[in-house]
Amino acid sequence: MSDHVIRLEGVGKRFGARQVLRGIDAEVRPGAIVSLVGASGSGKTTLLRCLNGFETIDAGRIQIAGHTVGPDLSDASLTLLRADVGMVFQDYQLFPHLSVLDNLCLAPQVVRQVTRPEAERRARELLEQVGLGDRHGARPSELSGGQKQRVALARALAQDVEVLLLDEPTSALDARTRDEIIGILRGLVKGAAAPLTLLLVTHDLHLAETLSDEVWTLVEGRLTQVAT
Amino acid sequence: MASLAQAGDLDDVKRRGELRWGGDLQGGEPYVFEDEQRPGERQGFEVEIADALARELGVRARFMQNDWSNLVPALERGDFDVILNGLEETAERRARIRLSLPYYTYGETLAVRADSAVTKLADLAGRRVGTLNQTVASDILEASRVEVVLYEGQQEPYLDLARGRTEAVLLDHVIADRYGCPLKELRCLPDDVARGHYVLGMGKDAPALQGAVNQALLRLRQTGELERILRRWKLWDARQQPVEAAAAGAPSVSVARGAGALPSPSPSNAPARHFGAGHALLFVKGALVTLLISLLSFALASPLGIALATLRLYTGRPGRWLAAAYVEVFRGTPLLLQLYVLYFGLADVVRLGPITAAVLGLALNYGAYEAEVYRGALSSVPHGQTEAARALGLSRWQALRHVVFPQALRTALPAVTNDFVALLKDSSLISVITVVELTKRMTIVAVELRDWVTPGLMCAALYFMLSFPLARWARRIERSLEPARPAAAESTTGGAA
Repeated sequence: MSDHVIRLEGVGKRFGARQVLRGIDAEVRPGAIVSLVGASGSGKTTLLRCLNGFETIDAGRIQIAGHTVGPDLSDASLTLLRADVGMVFQDYQLFPHLSVLDNLCLAPQVVRQVTRPEAERRARELLEQVGLGDRHGARPSELSGGQKQRVALARALAQDVEVLLLDEPTSALDARTRDEIIGILRGLVKGAAAPLTLLLVTHDLHLAETLSDEVWTLVEGRLTQVAT
Repeated sequence: MASLAQAGDLDDVKRRGELRWGGDLQGGEPYVFEDEQRPGERQGFEVEIADALARELGVRARFMQNDWSNLVPALERGDFDVILNGLEETAERRARIRLSLPYYTYGETLAVRADSAVTKLADLAGRRVGTLNQTVASDILEASRVEVVLYEGQQEPYLDLARGRTEAVLLDHVIADRYGCPLKELRCLPDDVARGHYVLGMGKDAPALQGAVNQALLRLRQTGELERILRRWKLWDARQQPVEAAAAGAPSVSVARGAGALPSPSPSNAPARHFGAGHALLFVKGALVTLLISLLSFALASPLGIALATLRLYTGRPGRWLAAAYVEVFRGTPLLLQLYVLYFGLADVVRLGPITAAVLGLALNYGAYEAEVYRGALSSVPHGQTEAARALGLSRWQALRHVVFPQALRTALPAVTNDFVALLKDSSLISVITVVELTKRMTIVAVELRDWVTPGLMCAALYFMLSFPLARWARRIERSLEPARPAAAESTTGGAA
């Protein structure tokens, strides 16, 4: 096993004339929980999106879960990358036309060609882990915000990813639900068969401090501080 | 408005100073048609006869355009004083309106393909024979054992015959000589199938006008004016001799009937009929044709629309441009025109049967509308959904197929149902390419029964029976697709807020 699962070397990204990320160097070891904090517009969400290929970087190199993310990435290699790097969105983006169970089964069945019974078995297991074992038949619209976040987590994990990227995982939740989610995230990392690494963007310093092993601070596209 | 005034008797005509005569410019050369050189000006032998008659009556002639198949009802409504447009003398018409002395004798001419072995009408039993709707020719064909194919214009029957869509065409020699017999693919049989007369039609309550018109016609014969007009239009032939006898004063019908061993041009002598079980059965048949064609064409239009919308939203510039151009062309031109082009215009390239052309025409047209419906529906699915699917490793196509399309279809359903109901009704236009569907069946029966109320209500009821259950069904599907209301969810989060 290598000593890092994510390695950033001189990563730069610009949108038109605006330089959003400047020369970022960093490493994350497997199984770590890293919080990425910083003011609005500091580039933290952009950095997250660069890690799974939603944005292409203009300079430097990213190595993540055994993949190299360069400026030119083919559709096929993106699919491979995303099988190992999952993402959870701020607004969850559950598929409203599918049941909770089908939300979890879609990608394994379509992308990995897993059989339906196998996908369903794994999905039910994950739903148990996030405490929603009895809600597999529900539609996303029938769920509360905290429940949606838990389904989104389970969906991202259904492909047995090595790295999970989370964009503001608690911003839309009340304090009690936030604590539930923190507990679940911790449990997921601890209980994972293979090391699971979390990288989360957040405004919530409480979350960053209680949950993470490392807190990275971004200021105007530069990584200024790495606290452990 | 003069055109809305009651159909006048002679007094009204004289007081108004004009003889309003109804005809259809679509009837074309040589009857009454627009002058190519001087748009808006009319010519034709009937224009000259109208002018001559008006002169005899001491008034001016004024042409009133009207759809040919509705000339009689329009006369009865009072839209004009006389019908003067190849109106054939029949017992039914004689029972309904006043008819003048004949001004022309026509022969029903049977045209076949040059290589055809057909020598008489009886050879055509069970075969497709074309003619114009509501003509004596169509009555003759209905009474014989052929399959009648009805057209609206006089060139189309011959074009279809030449292309092998029908086996023969039966029409007045005036039309046959101009539009059919000169085609090199066709041959006209030398003997007339029947003979009859063109007469003027006048309102039931215009006996004085009828008398005056008859007097005027006789004078036009005596002075040779009528013959001069007919010769000028190359319409004077041997058939006109019995008319000379009629001009001498003999009752025209018996002269015509007695002229030879030809069958009577009017097979029906009992015009007063009612809507019965037979008509109802025909209506149901027409409704089935409407339903079948609508279902088939919509089954093609929907995938076409989805494909066009996909092309427009998710491909490069050439695909987007192509899809946009398709939509603009098919949505921006009338369906009627598209059907004509598909069936008649392209017949030398692809020879489509009437049903095929109808299904294809409706599908191509509605494909453009469906494309817009699906484009809107696809655009309404939030971009975040595509990103979520892509983040799970789905390819662009898989994200569309499994995440965007299913949600878009639900959004599109109300508009799609609406379009199907619209198509169901637009399918009545396909009668122009000889398909007898529900509306066409209704007009045929209505003219036959002289009653638009019962057949109209029956027709409306059938359309409603086709569209209403569909609308209900679509509503049910829509509801079952709707996400359930998040009632239970509130209690889970609500407490901590």
